[in-house]
Amino acid sequence: MTTIRHHLTDDLIMGYSAGTLPEAVNLIIASHVSLCDDCRAAVEAHDALGGAVLDTTKAETLDDGCLDATLAMIRAMNAPAPRDIKVPQDPVAPAPLLDYIGGSLDAVKWRPVGMGVKQAILKTSPDATARLLYIPAGTAMPDHGHRGLELTLVLQGAFQDDEGYFARGDIEIADADLQHTPVADISQDCICLAVTDAPLRLKGLARLAQPFLNI
Amino acid sequence: MFGATEPLDTRDATPIAAPAINGHVRGDDRDKAKPVSAGTADDSGPDWAAVLIRIRDHRDEASFVALFRHFAPRVKAFLMRSGADAAQAEECVQDVMATVWQKAAQFDPARASAATWIFTIARNRRIDALRKQKRPEPEDLPWGPEAEPDQEDRLGLQQETEHLEEALASLPAKQRELIEKAYFGDLTHSEIAEATGLPLGTIKSRIRLALQRLRHAMDRK
Ligand SMILES: [Zn+2]
Repeated sequence: MTTIRHHLTDDLIMGYSAGTLPEAVNLIIASHVSLCDDCRAAVEAHDALGGAVLDTTKAETLDDGCLDATLAMIRAMNAPAPRDIKVPQDPVAPAPLLDYIGGSLDAVKWRPVGMGVKQAILKTSPDATARLLYIPAGTAMPDHGHRGLELTLVLQGAFQDDEGYFARGDIEIADADLQHTPVADISQDCICLAVTDAPLRLKGLARLAQPFLNI
Repeated sequence: MFGATEPLDTRDATPIAAPAINGHVRGDDRDKAKPVSAGTADDSGPDWAAVLIRIRDHRDEASFVALFRHFAPRVKAFLMRSGADAAQAEECVQDVMATVWQKAAQFDPARASAATWIFTIARNRRIDALRKQKRPEPEDLPWGPEAEPDQEDRLGLQQETEHLEEALASLPAKQRELIEKAYFGDLTHSEIAEATGLPLGTIKSRIRLALQRLRHAMDRK
């Protein structure tokens, strides 16, 4: 495993554990955690706090039939689920992402957005937008800002911007104020998963010629 | 993050003296009448991880009933405080507890307490039922729960969870409510961002210790 230098923040970890984030944000967090043992431990530690909240909460009385209904359910169940382990199946896309791209990067329907850059928008709930980006090696992006939070996880290759150098597994967390100019590393084409929490606004086909991130 | 690169406020890192209270501070007393000798690590209540392991390994219905009596009323409360009405919560409780039975093979006592594991199932059910969203989960580590988990990992983890409950109970009421609200899904992301910036006393140091323990358990494999 490569050394990951750029991690999730406490609030994202807690939000993921509490289950209050949009689906697209959960997706990028689950993808980072798949590659990062530090953040995995942090998520599980926050889950433990959720367990403590559950265990110490004031119990509600159940309806009389609740236990019997549940027992009927488990007796009607087929053999218990064996452990199904989501093991890494793709050298680039972590398992949670594969569910959103039809099981393989080869299945991604890329659309060109200019300068050799391609993107594919993934289907998630509309409260945040997830897209895959394909940036040819050495390509410089134009300055771009964004309305809300922007998260970028590197899956292949690397990019550099004012905030630092981001390689596979690294996640950049940029708020609305940050203007940055990412440049893909020359060594390899760069593939990223990017999530913005402002909803996507499509303004016609002319939009496709605009800088791809500035949506 | 709690990574080594960022300083974490450790002023509160002194472990609190474990108060001599009986585990389930605000729980009901029904638990004590339960006919299950779960085998206890100390006197703070049944060892629910052991109960879950009996369900996992022996499909033991009596153990399931005991687990249900303790956790199902709490899961219902969790769902209702998350915005479900009583009927909806009751239905979800059945799903959650049936999932516990069905997926018991995935319970790893070196990584989570019973309460933690059931919390994650209830949370995912809530996201599914109340928000109609999928919940992307991380890739599994390439190993699974071991047949014979390391006793030290297992007990350490269970104790850590108890300490976390004690730390939560000893927080000032306002802070405790803030954390409860976060986990009941009652805080927006920006409110959570504000909350995680607060000095939350022993909670932060407890989470950090849990994190170190998990990190250690992961490294060992
Ligand atoms: Zn990380």
